[in-house]
Parts: sequence; C-alpha cells; structure tokens
Amino acid sequence: MDYHLALSLALPETIIAVSSLLILVFGAFRGDKGMVSISALCGVALIAAAFAAAFAQPGTAFSGAFVLDGVAQFAKVAIYIAALFIIVLGQGYFDRLGARRFEFPILILLATLGMSMMVSAGDLISLYVGLELQSLALYVLAAFRRDDAKSSEAGLKYFVLGALSSGLLLYGASLIYGFAGSMNFHAIALSASTNLNVGLIFGLVFLICGLAFKVSAAPFHMWTPDVYEGAPTPVVAFFAGAPKFAAMVLFARVLQTGFESQVEQWRQVILVLAVLSFVVGALGGLMQKDIKRLLAYSSISNMGYALLAIAAGAVGIPALLLFFVLYMVDTLGLFTVQMALSRKGEPVTRIDQLAGLAKSNMPLTVVITILALSVLGMPPFGGFWAKYFVFGAAISAGLWWFAAAGLVASVVAAFYYLRIIKLMWFDAPVGEVDKSPAETRWIAYAAAAFSFPGVIIFLIYAYPLAQSAAQGFGH
Amino acid sequence: MTIDLVHYLTVSAILFTIGVLGIFLNRRNVIIILMSIELILLAVNINFVAFSAYLHDVQGQIMAMFVLTVAAAEAAVGLAILVTFFRNRGDIAVDDASMMKG
Repeated sequence: MDYHLALSLALPETIIAVSSLLILVFGAFRGDKGMVSISALCGVALIAAAFAAAFAQPGTAFSGAFVLDGVAQFAKVAIYIAALFIIVLGQGYFDRLGARRFEFPILILLATLGMSMMVSAGDLISLYVGLELQSLALYVLAAFRRDDAKSSEAGLKYFVLGALSSGLLLYGASLIYGFAGSMNFHAIALSASTNLNVGLIFGLVFLICGLAFKVSAAPFHMWTPDVYEGAPTPVVAFFAGAPKFAAMVLFARVLQTGFESQVEQWRQVILVLAVLSFVVGALGGLMQKDIKRLLAYSSISNMGYALLAIAAGAVGIPALLLFFVLYMVDTLGLFTVQMALSRKGEPVTRIDQLAGLAKSNMPLTVVITILALSVLGMPPFGGFWAKYFVFGAAISAGLWWFAAAGLVASVVAAFYYLRIIKLMWFDAPVGEVDKSPAETRWIAYAAAAFSFPGVIIFLIYAYPLAQSAAQGFGH
Repeated sequence: MTIDLVHYLTVSAILFTIGVLGIFLNRRNVIIILMSIELILLAVNINFVAFSAYLHDVQGQIMAMFVLTVAAAEAAVGLAILVTFFRNRGDIAVDDASMMKG
C-alpha cells in the first residue's frame, strides 16, 4: 500500500495533529488573551476532522497498525462532536473564573487525537501510543486549575492510578506479544486460536485490568469519584463521555479481533466486571452528597452496561455505539446544568442545595428532571433506548441473568435520581439561584431536547447506521 | 550457564512486582510513586526486548523505544502536576492527598 493512500485513511488524525501544533505556536504568540480565537480554531479543526472521518473510505493502513472501519468512523464523529461542546463550555467556564489559559482547547484537541488513535488501533503499538496520548493530555486537564488544591489533588490521583493502569496494560501487551509472536491483532488471533497458552491468558488478563481502569469499571473505579469531584467541571464532562467511548471501542476491538476464538475465556471476566460495576455504581451512589460524585457513581454503573454490550459479542457492537452516543448526551447535559447553577457567585455542588429549584429556575428544573429520568432509563427518554439496546443484545447472546442483574441495579440507582427530582419540585427552597450563563443554558436545553423528542428522530437515522457500521467488525 | 528467555522474564516479573508494591505500600512520598512507575515501565521494556531477541522480530524493540519516550513524557507531566500540588499544599506526603473522601 502506498504512503499516500495510508495518509488519506488517517486524514482526520492528520488534520488534528497538524492543526494542534500550528494552533499551539499561534497561542504562544497571542498568549491567554487570544483564547477565544484559539478555541474557535480548534473547533474548526474538529469539524473538519469530523467531516473527513464521516466521508472516508474504510480500509487498513500502516501495515495493519491503523484500521478505519465503520465502528471507528462512527466513534470518531461522536468523539469530535463531544470535544467541540467541551471547548465551548470550557471557554465560558474559565472566562468567568478569570483563569483563561489558551492551552485548554489545545489539550482537548490532543486528547481527542489520542482517542481517535485508540478507536483505530490495529496493533499493540498504536493501542499503547493512542492510549498514552489521550491519558497524558487528560492528566494535565484534571489538574488544570493550578491554584485550586482540589484540582491538583484530582490530577495527582488520576496521574498515579492512570500510570499504574498503563503499566499493567503494557505488561499484558508484552506477554501477549511474546507468546503470540506478533503485535498485530489478526496475527494474535491466528496464534491464539492454534496455540492458546498460559502466557497469553495472563497477558489478556493484565490488558483487561489496564483497560478496566481507563473506563472506570469496578473494581478499578476508586479514582473516579475523587477525580470527578476535584477536576474542573467542563473537564469532567469530557472525562465522563468521550475517553470512555474510545476505551470501550478499543476494548471491543482487542477482544473481538485479537481474541475472537477465545470468547469463553474473556466473556466471564468481562461479565464479572460488568456486574461489579452495576452494583458498585448503584449502591455507592446512594450515600453521596456531592453532585459530581453522584454522577461519578452513575458513570461507573453505566460502564457496567457498556461492558455487558461487549460481553454479548458481535451483536453487542451496534448497541455499544448507540448506548454511548445517548449516554454522552445525558452526562454532558447533567454536567452542563451543574455549571449553569450558582448561588451568589458560588457554584452549587451539593445535592441538598438543589432543594426547591423549581421555584427559582423552572426551565433548568425541567431540564434536570428530563435528564435524570433519561439516565435512570424511563421510557421514552434517550437513556431508556440506550439500556434497551444493551439488554436486547445481552438477551440475544443468551446472557439472561446478567441483563436481569442490570435491570435490578438500574432500579436501585433510580432511587437517587428520583430523590433529586423530589428535592427540586417539592422541598422548601434554600434561596434564589443566579442567572445562568447563556452557553450553559442553551447546551442544557439542547441536551434535554435531544433526550426527548430528538432521540426518536436520531434513532431513525442512527440505528441503521450503527447496524451497518458494526458489519464486519473484527474481521 | 546460558541466560535464556526465562531468566529475562523472571527478572522483569520481579521488577514489575516491586514497582506495583512500591505504589501500594509506600505511604510517605509521591516521588517514590513516580520511581515505582518508572520501574514498572522498565520491567516491561526488558520483556519486550527479550521477546524481540527470542522471536527474531524487530517490533518488540520498536515498542521499547516508544515506551521509553512515553515514560519520559509521563515523568515530565507527573512532576509538573506534583509541583502544582506542592504549591497548593506545601507537602507531598501520600497521606495528605485526602481532601476528598467518600
């Protein structure tokens, strides 16, 4: 394959990589006062990359290290759009804080580049490099408020545990390489189907542990609540969606390409992780008082549902894609609402501060109600369809009991969302809230409108798209 | 006695275990955690290079170069985060990183 064709397959990555370097140089000259124009440039780069990804011809490049298939295209477009919203939110957030830093949109761009490498990874080298590019940018983003003790503590914890998980993943990758004799996923699959030995299984388990850390699946979830609480809110809104989508696609690709004939070996491990995540997410959330910690536990239990889709095998891939798009919209909306609410200039962080919100800010109360009902899985909102596809895939793969466990966990988790709704509508108000910033208000309205009725129109187009994207995944 | 693949893998497994234990058992200093992370990455590199020589395949050595590069970047980012942490708290003891609990 000639180099020109290979580069054209990696056009979205090339656009993001080149533009992030150019914008960084531009930013070095303009300084922090140029943040608005730098954010706009990063947004343009993301839109261009999204178009390049959407209209690219699928194929394989760089001796199999880079795979562009339907799933990668779908995930890339979703990740770029999510990053675009985060840049808009971050611009306003740091502006109001008086802490403009032009590095913010560029770091988002670099993290996005890492994620898009991850969803296209075809061998262990591109897996590792993509994952680290994403992680290194995210460590810095978590500690982005340099003057805030909580933010730097969040960054430190995320860094230490993230680096440990990368180490585990890499040790697993080295064992897989040694015992399979190749870095390429297809070659690994060939070797594993003829000669499955203890070394390969060990390597696979280490690799799964490392990836489970990155998607914050229980029992590797302990960093999530602390990082969510401490990191700046737009960054957390990013953490909750796009990186996890990328890591889950990578997870699915490693397991279903590299170990496609060992389904029975890895399925049990993934199912254990999934059930633990449901349970930890549902029970852990019950005791929380902080909104962002509550959303952290909610994301842990949602990662359980995503893992259930992976355990279902090939039928689970379209469910995984649709689940993540719907879930990203809900979490983006919820974190945006948290950014929109403040009282006398102080952000609203505790759940009990939401009491009686219906009396002082009706539109946002309706938005939170819709999004909470959506996340808990109430029909006809977006979150219901997300769970519907995942459970449907799990049942058609014969995983009845695990789908039932997920259903029970989502009933338990419903308690904490319903508690928020009850607090807002029926409890005595604790005071007026400030007028919310325009961009947070509009993004929150848009997320709620997408959750219902937008989701119906979205699914009419996206359902066949996800089905055809998942065709031939892993082959 | 010839040194074969098993010896390399044993050394690397021991180094890896020391690195992981170093992260979990150390309660004093975050710098020690950074050293443990480096130890883990170097243990993995021994694995890659040993396998690469054993398999007569160059990919393992390419991976080892990538791991070295990433390890350097990771140390830089880690130390930078540690500096902001120290400026905010005036200390880098592991037990101090506990503002958030629950």
